[in-house]
Amino acid sequence: MRRITRIATVGIASAALALSATACGGKKSSDASSSSSSSSESKSASAAIAYDVGGRGDQSFNDAAYAGLEKAAKDLKVKTAEAEPTEGESEADKVQRLTELARKGNNPVIGVGFSYAPAIEKVAKKFPNTTFGIIDDTSKTGSNIANLVFNEEQGSYLAGVAAAKASKTGTVGFIGGVEVPLIKKFQAGFEQGVKDTNPNAKVLSAYLTQPPDFSGFAKPDLGKAAAKGQLDGGADVIYAAAGLAGSGAIEAASSAGKWAIGVDSDQYNQPGLAKYKDHILTSVTKDVSLAVFDLIKSVKDGKPESGEVRYGLDKNGVALADSNPQYKAMSDVTAAVEKAKADIIAKKINVKTAP
Amino acid sequence: MKKFDKDRLLLAAAGPVLALVSALVLTMIVLAASGVDPIDPLRIMIEQAGYEDIQVLIVNQAGIYFLAALAVAIGFRMNLFNIGVDGQYRLAAMVSAVVGAAVSLPAPLHILLIVLIAMATGAFWAGIAGILKARRGVSEVVSTIMLNAIATSLIAWLILPKNLGVQPAGSNDLTTGDIPESGWFPAVSLSGGDIYGFTFIAFALGVVYWFVLNRTRFGFDLRASGASESAAQASGVEPKKMIMTAMLISGAVAGLTGMPLLLGESHTYNLSFPLGVGFTGITVALLGRNNPIGIFFSAFLIAFIDKASAGLDTEGYAKEIGTIMQGLIVIAVVVSYELVRRYGIRRQQQKVGEELAAGHALKTDNKEVAA
Repeated sequence: MRRITRIATVGIASAALALSATACGGKKSSDASSSSSSSSESKSASAAIAYDVGGRGDQSFNDAAYAGLEKAAKDLKVKTAEAEPTEGESEADKVQRLTELARKGNNPVIGVGFSYAPAIEKVAKKFPNTTFGIIDDTSKTGSNIANLVFNEEQGSYLAGVAAAKASKTGTVGFIGGVEVPLIKKFQAGFEQGVKDTNPNAKVLSAYLTQPPDFSGFAKPDLGKAAAKGQLDGGADVIYAAAGLAGSGAIEAASSAGKWAIGVDSDQYNQPGLAKYKDHILTSVTKDVSLAVFDLIKSVKDGKPESGEVRYGLDKNGVALADSNPQYKAMSDVTAAVEKAKADIIAKKINVKTAP
Repeated sequence: MKKFDKDRLLLAAAGPVLALVSALVLTMIVLAASGVDPIDPLRIMIEQAGYEDIQVLIVNQAGIYFLAALAVAIGFRMNLFNIGVDGQYRLAAMVSAVVGAAVSLPAPLHILLIVLIAMATGAFWAGIAGILKARRGVSEVVSTIMLNAIATSLIAWLILPKNLGVQPAGSNDLTTGDIPESGWFPAVSLSGGDIYGFTFIAFALGVVYWFVLNRTRFGFDLRASGASESAAQASGVEPKKMIMTAMLISGAVAGLTGMPLLLGESHTYNLSFPLGVGFTGITVALLGRNNPIGIFFSAFLIAFIDKASAGLDTEGYAKEIGTIMQGLIVIAVVVSYELVRRYGIRRQQQKVGEELAAGHALKTDNKEVAA
């Protein structure tokens, strides 16, 4: 047997060689790097998005970016291009993806999520006439880079106010998807909002996974289990900042007859969550679609955004949704939220960004 | 190997060809069944691989897979299943990135230090599983899987800004700080991009692997222990020592897996450092049958599918076609190797029978009988 396996190894090696040889030798590679590989027909405006882990269909962050792109396609008549990441990819793959999108003539090219920052810095230098957008990062700047960032902590503060007011037990829960600095901003704002409203209230905080395991943004069962634990601990309002995993927390809160607070999109109106919507008190919206749309529009108008573009409560870039009629009926809650909102905009309240 | 007759060559080629062809056909069937053009995605992938920049990505990725697969293969040769390569590699990359960012030395020393720290960390993490196996008989499969999870948590804790990590101003990422330029491994610049210099070291390690396993006493002991522990013990090999050594070396090589990226691209360990390379390494090692040349080509094959399929996205196909392909190749390889092996045995027996019938019984003495 041993001889045969040895021979077989040599065999597979040669076959693999043959395969890679035909694959690599199919075309002169120099054709590709200068001229665009497949699209050069039209020079009309076209906008591109490179998604974060999870891609389209996550009901949350990436879908919000897509909504902005879709709106631009409809209202501004721009063509669109999209690309998704692969699991376990490295920085080189992100550079490659952005380069390809830029080389095909897309402008702007938007990286969804902070992990694109190092790649955007490299690619933006190679394409000085293309505008690059990066969401959730201001560490890498350039004349053709627009840093689209949000004051997540401000929206979360309002959620904290609403939670403290709506809670009967005086215990509320926070569930973060993955323990990364971005989600800690949600936690910090929420905890501060709760404490400022009711100093005696208790906040139970939990994270679903640790990086680089990002499944805490993707697995509803994790969110459900964490929410059940907090409900057992006496919490009657649960705020989940956990992407798709948050839907599990909403389900758990709903079946226990307690309140859930959604995140990123207005989850009361999310068709996938219609079954539980009566228990979705409100949602902290983060209007990624607005940021994406604004950037595409600015490029189309010939005045591309660059540098930090911040979306806070004042521009409704982050907000607290009021589509649940039960929430609107709680006049003491809405009054407290409105007051806190005015105070934050007037800078009377300074919301912390780290717990 | 005494002589290469036609039969053997044919048999040798049959396994991989059968595997790749059937994987390809199966892929096309899957595509057709899901209502997608079965030919076009494959055409695009081959076209993609024709581009210089994609080729650079493939070479770089192949180097990374090669290292991960070598680490797995060392364990396999001695019947140890090191599933912990992923954890060993991430912990090693993280710790060596911290050290690399903290010190400043002349270039070659700086790189050497980072590499040594990475190897030591990887070996240490694998060594835990080794000790557990040697002293307590704990299955390394279980312990390395658990160590992967522990590594994840440990890294997540270590990288907090209050410990060893850094959160750059305005960023939502956590890093270990940037390694100064003296710790960057020189790259080979092509028009399609940079090939990490460490990739060549990776392939050179393949030669070392071959030499150590096939031309040294240690390599013989290792393979002997893998083939039959009791027989090896009878011939004077100490099995516990061999387990420890094999795990330590496997871990040290696993520690090197992150080096091409760390020294050549990111120069820091951050939250988006790739996950799962160690598991792909298992696939590559299986595909390459633990043989350095086999691993070399299978690393390229898997890297090709990875990188070429990414371009499917922009052409309107799902890039997951690549993942399906990889899965089918693994299954096809296992099945076709077994089929070819059985066919080979039958053929050999037939021949022996014929020769016996012809009265040349003595000739079979020096034939190796397949087990």
